[in-house]
This record gives sequence, C-alpha cells and structure tokens, in this order.
Amino acid sequence: MSYLHRLIARIAAWFRRAELDRDLYEELQTHLSLLVEQNLRRGLSTEEAIREARLRMGNVVNLQEEHRNTRGLPFVDTLLQDLRYTFRILRRDIGFAFFAILIVGLGIGASAIVFSVLNTLLLRPLPFKDAESLVWIANLKSIPEQTTQVGHILDAREANQSFTELAAYYAYYNIGDRKLTGAGEPERLTAVPVSENFFRVLGVEPQAGRVFNADECRSGGPAAVILTDALWKRRFSSSPEIIGKTLQLNGEPVRVVGVMPASFDFTSVFAPGTRVDLFSPFPLTSRTDRMGNTISVVGRLKPGVTVESAQAEFDILGQRLTAEHLRNRNEFQPALSSLKAHVTGRLRPALLVLACAVAVVMLIVCANLSNLLLARNAVRQKEMAIRIALGAGRRRLIRQMLTESIVLSGAGAVAGVAIAVIGTRVLTQLEAFSIPLLANVQVDLGVLAFTLIIAVVTGLTFGVVPALQVPAVHVNEILKDTNRGSSGGRKHAWIRSSLVVTEIALACLLLVGTGLLIRSFLRVLDVDLGFQPEQLATLRIDPGPEYSTEARRNAYFDEALRLVQNTPGIEACGLTDVLPLEGDRSWGVAGVGQVYDREHHPSAFVRIVSNGYFKAMGIPLLAGRDFTEHDSASSEQVIIINDTLARRLWPDQNPIGQMVTQDGGRRVVGVVGGVRHVTVEQESGSEMYLPIRQTDDFSAVELVVRTSLPEATSGTTIRAALKPLDPNLGSKEFRSVKQLVDKATSPRRFVVMMLAGFSGFALVLAALGIYAVISYSVQQRTQEIGIRTALGASPGSLQARIILETLRLAAVGLGIGLCGSLILTRSLSSLLFGVKWHDPASFTGTVVVLVVVAVIAGYLPARRASQIDPINALRSN
Amino acid sequence: METKSEILQGTLDLMVLQTLEAMGPLHGYGIARRIEQLSENAVVVNQGTIYLCLIRLVQRKWIKATWGTSENNRKAKFYTITKAGQKQLKAETEDWQRVSGVIGRLLQLTAGGKTS
Repeated sequence: MSYLHRLIARIAAWFRRAELDRDLYEELQTHLSLLVEQNLRRGLSTEEAIREARLRMGNVVNLQEEHRNTRGLPFVDTLLQDLRYTFRILRRDIGFAFFAILIVGLGIGASAIVFSVLNTLLLRPLPFKDAESLVWIANLKSIPEQTTQVGHILDAREANQSFTELAAYYAYYNIGDRKLTGAGEPERLTAVPVSENFFRVLGVEPQAGRVFNADECRSGGPAAVILTDALWKRRFSSSPEIIGKTLQLNGEPVRVVGVMPASFDFTSVFAPGTRVDLFSPFPLTSRTDRMGNTISVVGRLKPGVTVESAQAEFDILGQRLTAEHLRNRNEFQPALSSLKAHVTGRLRPALLVLACAVAVVMLIVCANLSNLLLARNAVRQKEMAIRIALGAGRRRLIRQMLTESIVLSGAGAVAGVAIAVIGTRVLTQLEAFSIPLLANVQVDLGVLAFTLIIAVVTGLTFGVVPALQVPAVHVNEILKDTNRGSSGGRKHAWIRSSLVVTEIALACLLLVGTGLLIRSFLRVLDVDLGFQPEQLATLRIDPGPEYSTEARRNAYFDEALRLVQNTPGIEACGLTDVLPLEGDRSWGVAGVGQVYDREHHPSAFVRIVSNGYFKAMGIPLLAGRDFTEHDSASSEQVIIINDTLARRLWPDQNPIGQMVTQDGGRRVVGVVGGVRHVTVEQESGSEMYLPIRQTDDFSAVELVVRTSLPEATSGTTIRAALKPLDPNLGSKEFRSVKQLVDKATSPRRFVVMMLAGFSGFALVLAALGIYAVISYSVQQRTQEIGIRTALGASPGSLQARIILETLRLAAVGLGIGLCGSLILTRSLSSLLFGVKWHDPASFTGTVVVLVVVAVIAGYLPARRASQIDPINALRSN
Repeated sequence: METKSEILQGTLDLMVLQTLEAMGPLHGYGIARRIEQLSENAVVVNQGTIYLCLIRLVQRKWIKATWGTSENNRKAKFYTITKAGQKQLKAETEDWQRVSGVIGRLLQLTAGGKTS
C-alpha cells in the first residue's frame, strides 16, 4: 500500500518539481542558519561557525540532486535529458534525420498496411455476431459452386443436433437480375434471394424497417425486398420514407420492407469484387427443391459444438439423405468449414508470404539504419570520448544512443502511420479486386498498437549494434588521435560490411520470391482462356415480361441480333446466359444408350447460347456447325459440346451426329474448344451448349459483342442500335470482358504488386547500403589512394579495385541469399503457376539485377576516389 | 557500501518515526539534533541526509509536513507522525525487538559455546 502511495507521490512530485526544489532550498537554509546559531552559541567565530555548519550539512548540491531522485522520477528525468540532447543532435544533422525517418517510415508504413490486411482477413472475426460459430456447409457432389438442394437442407434442419439454425442464399443470382424502372433512370440491380432466417443466423439487424417475415418467404407470398445501405444512399438519398414504398422491379410492384446497415457487406464476404443492391426472399419449399442444387448454406453451431463433430454428424446425415432420395434429389456430401476459413482460407498462403516479405523488408531497413548510425558514430567518436572523460558512464551513453534510435524509429512510425492510412484507404477503393473483406481494411487500434511495438523493436534492433560501439577503454587514444575515428576503423569496416552482406542476402531472397510470383502471374496472363477477351463487350438484354411465350422470345432474340449485327463497327455478336468466370452450373449428361454407375456419371457445365456466340467470343469451332436461328422449337433438338466432353462420351469416335440424353435426346451438331469457366488457372473440363431458342432454362441473357469500336463509344452505339427494341436499357450495364478476366486474376495481381513494391524498396535500400559502405571505405583510405595515385596508379585501375571490392560484397550476399532462396522458395509452391520453385530465370534475373545495382552503387564512390588529388590527400592529415 | 547505506536507511526511518512519536512535531534540524543527542553523535554523519529520509516517509504517508516558523523566526517545515506512521512504527519496533532478541541470544550462545 505504502509503495502505491509512494509511486503516486513520486509522479505528483515530478510535476511540482520546481516548487519542491524551492521548498527544499528554504528548509535547508533554515537548517543551516540554525546550525550556525548553535555554533555561535558554542563560542565559535562567525567564519568558523559557518564553515562548521556547512561541513555538518554535507554537499548541498548533491543533496538536492539526490532529493529529486528520491522523491521524483529519475528515469523520466534522464529520458527527457536524452530526448533534449537527441533533438539537438538531430537538428544539427537534419539531412541524416530526414533520410533515416523516411526509410523507417516507408518500412513501418508497409508493415502496417500488410498487418491491417492480415488483421482484417485472418485475425479479426468476420463482421457478424459471434462469427466463430458460423459454418459454411458445402456440397462436394456439386461442382464447382458446392451448392445443395433445398430438400436436403430442410431435412437436415429437422434431423441435425449440431446447429441452432441453417440459413441459405440462392447462389445462382445473376448480376443485374432486377431491372428498376419508374422514377429516375432505369437501372439493372442485383438481388440476392435469401432464406427467411438468413439475417438472423448471421446476427445482423436492419438499420431501418424489418427483415422478411414468414408470409413473404412462402411460395407466392407478397413480393418484398430489403435494400443495401449503398443502394439506399445512392438511389434514395437515405430517405427513411422508402420503407413501405413500392418499387417497380422487372415491371412488377415490390414492397421495400427494410434497409441493411452499411456494416453488413454481403459481397465482401460471399462474393468479393461484385456489387449487390437488394435482398429478396427465397422460399425453401418443394417448388424451389425441384430447381436442383441451388443454395449455399450457412449454419450457426450450438454452443460447445465443434466443426469436426458437426462434420461427423453431417457425414452420416448426408449419406442417409442421399440414400433416401436417390430418385428425386441430387447427391449430398456435406463438407463443413468455419465460414472464416471458407472466405479467407484461399488467400491465407499469399497473405503469409506478404507478411514474411514485409518482415524481410523491415530487417533490411534495420540493417540499413544500423549502417547509417555506425557511419555517424565514427564521426561522433570524439564527442563520446569527451563525454566519457567528463564522467558519463558507458551504460548512460548506450542508453543515450538507444534513445536516439528509438526517437528516429518513433518519428518514422508517425510517418508510417500516415502512409498506412493512405495505403489502406487506397486498398478499400480497389473494387476491381475480388479479395474478400478488402473494403473493411482500416488503420484501427490494433494496427496502431502493432506500429508502436514495431517502432520500439525496430529502434532497438537497428540501434543496438551502433550503441555497443560506444568506446569502452580507448578514450585516450581517440582523444589523442587526430584522424577522426580511425581507431575503430577496421572493426567498423567489418561490422558494416556484414550488415551490407545481410542486406544483399535479404534483398536477394525477396527478389527471387517476387521473380517467381511475377513469372507465375505472366504465365497466368498467357493462359489460353479458350476465348479472346480483347475487344469484347457485354450487355444484359433480358426480354421483358411481355415476351412471355417462346415464339415471342425467339422473335426478340432474332431482332436484337439483327439490329446489333447491322451496326457498323460490330464484327460479331451472340447471346449467352452466363459469361465465363462469372458463374457455373453443371448437369449430368450421357450418350443415348450409354450406362454409367452413379459414381462415374459424366457431367458438364451448361451454357445457353445463340448463334454467333462462338464467333463473337473467339471460341474455335473444331468440327460440325454453329447454331443457327433455325435451331428453334420446331426443328430437331441439337447441342454443341466441347472436345473434352466429346472425348469423354465417345472416345475414338466421331461425336458429330451422336445423340445425348439431354431433354429427351439432342443431336450433337458441333464440337468447340474448351473455355476456362471456373478460374483462369483451372482447366476447362466438360462443357455443353444448348441453343437459346430451344429452352427456357436460363435466368439471364447477356449480349456479347466483338467490336472494333473504341470502348468509350461502343456502349452508346449499341444502346442506340437496340433502342427500337428496348428504349429502357440502362447506361451502366455495359461491361468489357477484359475487365472480367482482370478481376479473376486480381488476387494474384494484388500479391504481385505488393511484393514488387517491397522488392523495389529493398533493392533501393541495399543499393544505399552498398554505396554508404564503399563511400566510407574510400573516405577512410583517402591517404592510401593518394599514395597509390602518386605512385602512378591509373584512375581506371583504382576504379576497378573499388568496384571489385563492391562485387566481392555482392557475391557473398548473393551466395547466402541464393542458398536461403533455394530453401525457402519451396514453400511458395502453392502460389506458383507454370513455374517451378527453382525456376532458373527468376534466380538468374535476381543475380543480374543485384550485380548491376551493386556495380552502380560502387561506381559513384569509385569515380570519386579516382579523382582524389594526391597532394591534397597527403596533406589533409 | 550500498548494503551499509541500505541498513542505515531502514534504521534512520525507524529513528525518525520514533523521534516524532516521542517529541511531537519537529523540523528537520530538530529531528537531526535529537537523533544526534540520543545516539551520542554516532549515527548522522551528514545532517542533510535526514531530508532524503523525510521525503520518503512523507511520500509513504507515514508522516506529514506543515509550514511553520522556527525558533529563529524563519520558514520551516514541521513534521508530524500520522496514524499510518504510528502503525508502521509499532510493527517495526516489534520486528526490531524480535530480531535483536534473536541476535542477542545467538551471540550469547556462541560466547557460551566458546567458554564451555
């Protein structure tokens, strides 16, 4: 207790130190005068009395100092003293301070950005209530979307013991499904159909209105929607009166019942890089059950239940349900994972690589600053020696040096936080990147705490080597030595060289890693997608509700294609229900007469397309013919398949003319090349195309146009061309297919861009390190060089010597770095595409880049050395 | 050196508390003089040191200080023992007596051992 009192009193005393000093002074004066009077009474002379009193009191200045230390906070006093001194020193050397703060700032800024991304994607829970108990339930029997049939989920709801609730959303919603008409410009909106309990399970409440009720979630219930915050702001200027109002969506009245808060970002979790405007009710009924594998399922675990035990229960449940409904349902093989792992798991390795990369960058920053401080120390040896001579302890000086480096890194941290704030803001604006939760990245308290820790650790790391160089014994020699700092020269040179070697080795590590990922990225860009995304644009042109019969729809398609085809600048056009990389569904398929068991039944991705689609997309027709406008309801049912499916169904036979079981029998009229539908990296698999005029099993119609028109004008041209057919086409729905492909490769691009930035920074730092060390060594050896010149060494040979010295450093660094790379790049394997972890090009490239940089960094001081005037050099001492 | 001053510090604390308990409010000079007299000039070498002890005790709230006027009409701080100080003094006195008792017995035992 008394210790606590004491601490509080010490802090209070520290703040009142001037007043307390005066008090003590007065007390001591009284004391002294009383002593003097006592002595006078004893009969001493005045002079003697005062002298004796002083002796009895002791050293008053010492006493005052000790009094301050006893009652106040001596630690803080020392710190303030060191800080004042540091600021004075740094002000005197403003160039150095600026440079050091800049380097630390960039390093800490980069670390803070990476940490804030990591924090959002890996460390922080998802932005839902008790997100840890949310589980993603995929269906391994449904490729690639892992969707499940409604009936299974209804049964699982009843039967399972692991979950309090299972919620679902309809996974096959299309971008721009709902056309909003009425007041304002018509606009295509994207709606996600969700189950009644969807918001409740995620634990999100609407900011206005309510969630869907049971009535709205039955088949044929009253039409209702919930708005996202973004749409509410953008289209309805956040008016609370929108609740209860009716919107015209796809020509039908729909009531707005609620608005979700801005914090609920459906896309950033479930569909990164896309936009969602609305939520609509999705009934879980026998009618939606008949639609097949359509829903993505999220469940909330009961308290105390683990994902593993739930998985064990669902293994059995899945088998049972599949066995019970062999005839009327698709198979169900549930695979459970925490929602978080489902959302960010794929990015985990890439993020860890980024974290390691930024750690390497920080190490290089530390090595670089250590070097700079060492160079400064060499100049400050005399100052140190004088301070030691005046009585400063070695410990005190080391403390002073560390204070200096922590001040530098602290100032760097401030700059770093500024960089991080800007950087994270830029990241959140990157809508073109399909990386989950990117919009939520921000500099929060966690990031600030991280920055603080990093700043202190960095300051100590780069400060410790220079601080330990504080002279211990050589004070006399240093003070006598007129050549500044040369006594520690040899030892310094060794430490500084090894720091530079470390920098080069670390930079080499980064460069190799970056090289591998850049080459992977280039390989990905080089992938033959199976179609030509350049000069390709697409527009949603779903027929309105007035085209209710097949005949009317077909007439609409004929007209649309005719109008667009006849527009100048349009090379080809066609229709499809889903674009590549945008979504997929697959159906079972077999040749007529072929029998497969359930396990090995072939399935293929389905596209509903029109004539001209293959030509517009640039998908090669390998055999047979394209669809024509005559492949309609009245003609024979036909199908076009890709080469993979052809080989699967009829190996070594001509597929043209064969029949498949689809829709009671369709004749194969053509074979086309495969298209990468799922991801750019993944092979295409089996595919089949049905003519759009022979089916109504599509939920969207995309017009695909190959055009030589510039991107800026092609939109308006095509809208104008389609005006007679549909005057209400919105202006924002025109998209280029190239953007679509870019989005598909964006997570990779994100990682490559960040890594390239880090490597560039590391390279600059390494170059600076080399430059600093070589300059220093040239400066140290001015005399030697002068003598060599005087003895007839040519400038060329001098330069060669110094550059050779540089290359020796680089070679050692490279040797270590390359060995390290060979060990570490193996762990990059999962991120590589089309290159091996020991890819020779990446390794050779790194060596070339680093050698070139080393030569340049060594050349500048070398040139300076060769210009040294021997007479001045010899006199200068 | 350091251990010696540490021992001194603890003893000095005890002596100051005891002096204030026995004599009532005193200023620094008074305390120093009183201790000198009692210890026959053996303890306080440096009278200034008493102020380090006083600030420590004040900060622990065992004594409190008020400004007053000294016998030669100068401003002086008068120190008084507090309730907490009295409790501390009691505890330390007991400690001290127990320890000195033990040490005393121990020394006698050794002396006895030698003679027998």
